[in-house]
Amino acid sequence: MNIVERFKNYLLRHVQVMLSSLGELWRHPLASTMTIVVIGIALALPAGLLVMLTNITQISGQWQDSHQISLFLNEEVGDTRGQQLAEQLLSWPDISAVEFQSSNDSLREFRELSGLGSLLDNLPKNPLPAVIIVRAADDFSETENIEDLLERLARMQDIALAQLDMQWLQRLRSLNQTAQRAVQILAALLSVSVLLVIGNTIRLSILNRQAEIRVVKLVGGTNAFVRRPFLYTGFWYGLLGGIIAWLTLQTSLAVINDPIKALASQYDTVFRFDWLAGELFLALPLTGVLLGVLGAWLAVGKHLNAIEPN
Amino acid sequence: MINFNQVYKRYPNQHEALSGLSFQLERGDMAFLTGHSGAGKSTLLKLIALIERSTHGQVIINNQNLGRMPKWKIPYYRRMIGLVFQDHNLLHDRTVFDNVALPLIIAGENHREIGRRVRAALDKVGLLGKERNLPIALSGGEQQRVGIARAVVNRPPILLADEPTGNLDPELSQEIMQLFEQFNQVGVTVFIASHDHELISRMPYRRIVLQNGKLAD
Ligand SMILES: Nc1ncnc2c1ncn2[C@@H]1O[C@H](COP(=O)(O)OP(=O)(O)O)[C@@H](O)[C@H]1O
Ligand SMILES: [Mg+2]
Repeated sequence: MNIVERFKNYLLRHVQVMLSSLGELWRHPLASTMTIVVIGIALALPAGLLVMLTNITQISGQWQDSHQISLFLNEEVGDTRGQQLAEQLLSWPDISAVEFQSSNDSLREFRELSGLGSLLDNLPKNPLPAVIIVRAADDFSETENIEDLLERLARMQDIALAQLDMQWLQRLRSLNQTAQRAVQILAALLSVSVLLVIGNTIRLSILNRQAEIRVVKLVGGTNAFVRRPFLYTGFWYGLLGGIIAWLTLQTSLAVINDPIKALASQYDTVFRFDWLAGELFLALPLTGVLLGVLGAWLAVGKHLNAIEPN
Repeated sequence: MINFNQVYKRYPNQHEALSGLSFQLERGDMAFLTGHSGAGKSTLLKLIALIERSTHGQVIINNQNLGRMPKWKIPYYRRMIGLVFQDHNLLHDRTVFDNVALPLIIAGENHREIGRRVRAALDKVGLLGKERNLPIALSGGEQQRVGIARAVVNRPPILLADEPTGNLDPELSQEIMQLFEQFNQVGVTVFIASHDHELISRMPYRRIVLQNGKLAD
């Protein structure tokens, strides 16, 4: 046998083992399906959370430079004083724009937006305060600058309340970071459980085939030869589990697509939910295959040497 | 071909199965290994097949000192030894053809060569029509012949058999022995452990007799 022919036989043998491992799964459909679905769910869960987080990061990114502070003025501050105050604030180096809105303006806006105007007609006087909307200068838009500005404004006599409009966004961002960390930990834990599931499945099939392994070793089978079908079994479990994970994810995301669209339109954002379908179509089966082969390798390594002819 | 030099084998339970055993078989020899049950026949064959290792002394097979053989080389070493067992050791969920083909698949032979050699081996043992059967569908004697076909299919220079006729009636036993003779006639070194004295005494081959792990005289 020359080298080329040897290599050809070797490849052919791999294809045969690969297919017969698949056939082996096919012969025990119930057990195989259960294992594959467990792997699929374990892969889909962190991937799904990752998709959500990626999108949240994207939306919150779109609002990046809207550092806007609303100053609600004290009731007794009149329109003239309010105007003066606004002009005075504009001279501060860390403020780039101001907009004064009298209590009457506030009332008009409320009427237009809420449609509850007639309710206000019954009140003896306008309950809404005058507002100055301040935009921080670009050079001073770091979080600590903004917080410092906010503090100085809040201490001013005429100002009842200084509110950073995007405070919730910042909370969302730091929440998002925490969540990302949590998803990473979850993904690591679930990867370990995929390893264990595959390892245990392979362990059982090794025990079922002990007699065969002994005979193969007796007639000169190397460890690599004995290992091969089990590695391919792990490969198939991982691959099929990854595909199941992808299908599960795309189905679930299709179900929540409409509510998400509705939500996005309320914040009138031009926002397209990104399912990462293409990336995950590669990443999930690939992760599955890696975990599957690794799990099989660990299980085989642990049990193979113990099975010797006697 | 087979060379034992002061070989001792002590099992982990301290039982000494072989003690100070020395003998030699030349290439192309045919010999019987006899002795009472528990005399150490199986142990001796296991040392040759490297299923067990000697505790002391040298086992040299085909000029290779087995005591120095690293673990990873054992599979390749075993490919030059055909093994036949009393209980056949067949895979019961594979056809006769697949059972016999196993050593060739392991050695990486190509498809056509496998088909050719498996059929030649089955022809030799008279089972050519049964290649698609499962072992279960065969008689004890036929199963043993499948085992022999598997042992010789990749033409090993050494053929070892441990009580190959243990479960067979005298007539079938005679046929199996004739098969071994035929392999010996084409140059294979054949070494058969058996306590079937009647069968052995009718055949003109050398006898190595064990008694409590030693050569009897
Ligand atoms: N794996 C083992 N562990 C401990 N003792 C063993 C083992 N195998 C065989 N023996 C003992 O070694 C002696 C020889 O056994 P064996 O080689 O099987 O003899 P035979 O094949 O001639 O009947 C027996 O006393 C047997 O009990
Ligand atoms: Mg014995």
